Amino acid sequence: MKIKKVVSCQLSVVSVLFLLSIAYAQPISSTDLINNAKEYDGKIVVYAGEVIGDIMVRGENAWINVNDNKSAIGIWAAKELTKTITNTGSYKSKGDRVEITGVFHRACLEHGGDLDMHAQTIRKIGFGGIPQEIISVRKRNLVFLLLGLLCLALILKQSKSK
Amino acid sequence: MIIRPNIADIKIIGYYLGKIILGLGFTMLVPIAMGFALGEINPTLDFLISIELSLILGLLLIKLCYTEKDLSWMEGMIVVSLSWLVAMVLGAIPLYLSGHWNSYLDACFDAMSGFATTGLALVQDLDHISFAHNLWRHLIMFIGGQGIVIVALAFFVKGISGAFKMYVGEARDERVLPNVIHTARFIWLVSVVYLILGTTALGIVGSLNGMKPFNAFFHGACIFMAAFDTGGFAPQSQNILYYHSLPFEIVTITIMILGAINFKLHYYIWMGNRREILKNIETVTLFITIMITFFITAFGLTQIGTYPKAMMMFRKGFYQLISGHTGTGYMTIYARQFINDWNHLALVGVICAMALGGAVCSTTGAIKMLRVGIIFKALLEDIKRIILSERAIVVQKFHHIKEVFLEDKQARSALIITLAYLVLYSLGAIMGMLFGYPFLDSLFESTSAAANVGLSCGITTVTMPAALKLTYIFQMWAGRLEFMSIFTLIGFFVAVFKGK
Repeated sequence: MKIKKVVSCQLSVVSVLFLLSIAYAQPISSTDLINNAKEYDGKIVVYAGEVIGDIMVRGENAWINVNDNKSAIGIWAAKELTKTITNTGSYKSKGDRVEITGVFHRACLEHGGDLDMHAQTIRKIGFGGIPQEIISVRKRNLVFLLLGLLCLALILKQSKSK
Repeated sequence: MIIRPNIADIKIIGYYLGKIILGLGFTMLVPIAMGFALGEINPTLDFLISIELSLILGLLLIKLCYTEKDLSWMEGMIVVSLSWLVAMVLGAIPLYLSGHWNSYLDACFDAMSGFATTGLALVQDLDHISFAHNLWRHLIMFIGGQGIVIVALAFFVKGISGAFKMYVGEARDERVLPNVIHTARFIWLVSVVYLILGTTALGIVGSLNGMKPFNAFFHGACIFMAAFDTGGFAPQSQNILYYHSLPFEIVTITIMILGAINFKLHYYIWMGNRREILKNIETVTLFITIMITFFITAFGLTQIGTYPKAMMMFRKGFYQLISGHTGTGYMTIYARQFINDWNHLALVGVICAMALGGAVCSTTGAIKMLRVGIIFKALLEDIKRIILSERAIVVQKFHHIKEVFLEDKQARSALIITLAYLVLYSLGAIMGMLFGYPFLDSLFESTSAAANVGLSCGITTVTMPAALKLTYIFQMWAGRLEFMSIFTLIGFFVAVFKGK
C-alpha cells in the first residue's frame, strides 16, 4: 500500500511538472520547426502566431494556419478548440493570436506527409480585429496629378493627328 | 560591316512598344474593378497611379514614334524583348506601392517572375495583401503565359503583317491557325474556357474543404491562372500547402498538365482528334521523362525514408516533380525541406524535370519536349547509320500533328536552344556559388529561374544579394523568350554603338 502511495505521488508530481513545463514553455518559431524538423518530429511543442486565412472545418476537426511573421504552419485541431478564434488575418483584418500546444510532425502520416501540428490545446493570447484603413493623401494627390497629365497626353495625340 | 540602325528603325520599335504598353495598361482595369468593388481604397489608388503612368507612356510613344511602316524581323524581335522589360517595370509599380515589397528591385523581381510565369517570389506578409494586388499577381501570370504580345495581338491589333514576327519573338514558332491573330485569339479562347471550368472546380473543392465561398472561388481563379499558365504564385504564403487537401492537389495537377500541353494539341483535341495525344512526340516524350525523373526522385526519397507511405510519396514526391516538370512551381512542402528532408538524388530528379519542361507553344519554359524528342530521334538516326550497311538509306520520322521527316536543320535548331538553356542554367548556378551557396542549391534555384519553374530550395529570399536577384531576373526573361529576341536586342545595341 505504502509503495503504491509513493508511486502515485511521484506520478502526480511528474504530471504536474510536465503540465507546468508546457504551460510555461517558450514558443518555438516556425523557422526553427522547419529547419530542425527531424529533432522536433513527434514531440510536443508550443507554437504561437496569428491565425490567417480560413478556418477549414473537416468533420469534427478543422485546419487553421498560424503565421508567426516568418512562415505559417498548418494546425490540425478538434473543431471545439477553434471556437475561440473570432478573427482571422487578411488584408482588412488582423487575426487573433493563439498559442498552440501539440504534437509536431515533420511528415504527417495521417495527412499525406504535411509538415503540421496536431493541437492538444489552443490558447488565445491576443485579439485581432478590423483596423480602420487610412487613405493615403499622397497617393490620392498623385492620382489627380497624373490624371491631368494623361488628359494632356490625350489632347496632344488628338490635336496633332487632326 | 555592321549597319547602324537609323531613326526610322527606332521609331517603329517605339510605336509598337507604345501599343503594347497601352494594352498592358488597360489590363490594370481588372484589379481596379476588384479593389473598387471590395472597398480596398489604397490598393485601388496604387493601380490608378500605375494605369495612368502606363497610358501616358504608351500614348507618348505612339505619338512621338508614329509610323505606317511595318515591322521587320529584327524590329519585331526587339519590340518583344523590350515589351517584357517594360512590362516588368510598369507591372512592378502597383506591387511596390502596396508596401509588401522591400524595394523596387524586389517588386521588379516578382513582376518578371509573374510575367515569365516563374513563381519565385520576394513578397512580404503575403497573407495580408489586398485582393486587388493578389489578383494582379496572378493576372500577370495569365497575361505572361499567353504572351504579353499575344494579348496585344488578340485584342488591340486589327491586322498587321508584322504580327507573326512578334509572335515568333515570344518563343512561339507554331501557328495553331493559318492567321497569327486568329491563333492568338484561339489561345485566349482555350484559356478562358479552361479558366471558367478550372475556377469552378477549384472553387467547389475549396468550399467543400471548408473555405468561405468567396475566398474559395477567388483562390480558385487565382490558382487556376497560375497553374494553367504554369506560373506558381498562390494567394497565401504557404502556397498549396495552405489547403491541406488531396482533392485540391489532384485538380491542380490536372490543370498543370493541361497548361504544359501544346495549344495546337488542344486545338486538335477540341476538334475531336483525341488519338493525337497518344501519337504526338511531345506527349509521348513528356510521359517518358515524367516516369524517368519520378523514378529518380522516388528512389532518392525511398533511400532516406522521409515519406514511407505511397500516398505521402504521391502528395510530396510526385507533386513537386510534376510541378517542376510542367514548369509550374507549386509546392506542398516548405522550401527548406528540399534541402533538409530530401537527399541529393531526389533533388537531381527534380532538377532534371525542371530543366526539361513541357511542350512548345504552351505556357511552360525550359528546353521543351519537342526538342528533347527531336534530339533523341536524331541520336537514333545516327546510331542506325553506324549499325546498318553504308548503302542503307536511313530515314527518321516523328509524329507531331502530322508525320514529319527529321531534317538536320531541325536537329541543329533543337540542339542550339538546348545548349543555350544549359549555359543559362550553369550561369545562374555559378553566380549562386560565387555568393557562397552550395553547388546543388545554386543549380536547383538557377534551373528553376531559367526554366521558369518557381520551385525554391530557399535561396530566393529578400536577403539574397541584389546581383543574384538581377541574375535571376535575366534568367527568367531570357528563358521565357527562348533567347532569339534577346540575342537580337543585344545585336541591336551593338549596332547602335559600333555600326557605321
